[in-house]
Amino acid sequence: MATAHSRTAARFMLSPAVILLLGWMIVPLSMTLYFSFQRYNLLMPGQEAWVGFLNYKYFLTDPAFFAALWNTLMLVGGVLLITVVGGIALAVLLDQPMWGQGIVRILVIAPFFVMPTVSALVWKNMFMNPVNGLFAYIAKFLGMQPFDFLAHAPLMSIILIVAWQWLPFATLILLTAMQSLDSEQQEAAEMDGASVVSRFIYLTLPHLGRAITVVVLIQTIFLLSIFAEILVTTNGGPGYASTNITYLVYAQSLLQFDVGGGSAGGIIAVILANIVAIFLMRMVGKNLET
Amino acid sequence: MARAVSTKRKLWFTGLAWLIGLVIFFPILWTVLTSFKTEAEAIASPPSFLGFEWTLENYATVMERSNYFRFFMNSVIIAVGSTALGLLVAVPAAWSMAFVPGKRTKDLLMWMLSTKMLPPVGVLIPIYLISRNFGLLDSRAALVVVLMLINLPIIIWMLYTYFKEIPGEILEAARMDGASLRSEIIYVLTPMAVPGIASTMLLNIILAWNEAFWTLNLTTVNAAPLTAFIASYSSPEGLFYAKLSAASTMAIAPILIMGWFSQKQLVRGLTFGAVK
Repeated sequence: MATAHSRTAARFMLSPAVILLLGWMIVPLSMTLYFSFQRYNLLMPGQEAWVGFLNYKYFLTDPAFFAALWNTLMLVGGVLLITVVGGIALAVLLDQPMWGQGIVRILVIAPFFVMPTVSALVWKNMFMNPVNGLFAYIAKFLGMQPFDFLAHAPLMSIILIVAWQWLPFATLILLTAMQSLDSEQQEAAEMDGASVVSRFIYLTLPHLGRAITVVVLIQTIFLLSIFAEILVTTNGGPGYASTNITYLVYAQSLLQFDVGGGSAGGIIAVILANIVAIFLMRMVGKNLET
Repeated sequence: MARAVSTKRKLWFTGLAWLIGLVIFFPILWTVLTSFKTEAEAIASPPSFLGFEWTLENYATVMERSNYFRFFMNSVIIAVGSTALGLLVAVPAAWSMAFVPGKRTKDLLMWMLSTKMLPPVGVLIPIYLISRNFGLLDSRAALVVVLMLINLPIIIWMLYTYFKEIPGEILEAARMDGASLRSEIIYVLTPMAVPGIASTMLLNIILAWNEAFWTLNLTTVNAAPLTAFIASYSSPEGLFYAKLSAASTMAIAPILIMGWFSQKQLVRGLTFGAVK
């Protein structure tokens, strides 16, 4: 149907996007790759030299790397656990008949639109602060000792903040999927005497399977790169207690000006993200065929 | 009988859902309320919920003291600019892939998606150094371009899924009636594509407004948008809760309202069409 003429036009229309994305991918990434094999510190100009895999060796054997890798896994895993379980529960609840469903939905999704620096600061100061925070007040009210969240459980606190930001996303997507569930099937199962629990396990969950996978994969991509929340609340501390890979690379390159070491870390972050990306691409790719 | 039970059930679900909804929304509500308190009342113990003296003083102070307007304008310029630039590139691309699909269109779409998987920290140093060498560090131009590029795959995908839904028969019918390519685009396609483009625009403005990796790392003073402005409150000055709340409220209010209007598009855009 398409003529040769329209094909040429189509290619012409497509090329700016392709060239831009190709440039965005290749130019900086190959620079990072190149720097990662260099001794290159912005504070010591003129001493650049090819050092092979030395930067990788330093980065991968640094105890900070293991701490950061562990924290990254905890952060991604913890937030995923809270948001997926909470998101399923909320989606099931919001799918029930009720008054003011639209308003509840608006209340629930609101945190997603709050910029990361705002939510981090609000939680840090107004809720988790051990002197003036609301949690401290509640603790005192109940006769308990106020808990300094960000000093004694920094990673847990950040997980809580990030989960609050991402719960709406999971809920919204799972709710959208819920609403396409066949209600006749549900009713038939109910008439056959299937309990609420077994209807949930055998009908609802399998139906949500695909949406859950999408939520997990997309959140993972974003959660691997959590940055602002850490910068604003703890600066990665105390020690390395709340440093993730993204923050570690930032600290190495822009705080210590170690371009070589930071680049090696960046390449490692890219490799980690790619492992997740492969799965996501398969999911979306399948969808394109239908 | 079933009716009676269902009203009672409905009452329970309503109560539970409202309770949970309010708990989740509470931090935002609390921030907005605190922004109208005096500093003393903001840290009062016990905290007052509504029975305090309402004041607009914090808003006045924030705007006066911190040149709030400049940060706000930077946010607007960066969010709107990167979105406009992105649409300029993405509309033709998504258009041609949706209406003149080739053998490799699918691969191309997947490849575009894969660029979104690149963690920003993997290219932080080159982008930082390139901006510095071109004197673009702390400039709005650099941020507009970078944010356009990181969101481009989402824009293209979202537009593609919208354009795909425009039936091709309509085009053929128009052609049969003797419409030229130009009038085809102006009178047939554009009206059908506008809602999709508008939704895409809305979602992208939200994403760009809240972006906090590049905006924090590539700006210091001049080009700093609201994300960076709020981050500056993490210094001891952040202990002024009422002012922090006023600044936060102003930073999130416009986007919160836009976000509420774009719930459905959000699902489509952020899942690359995998959930609709």
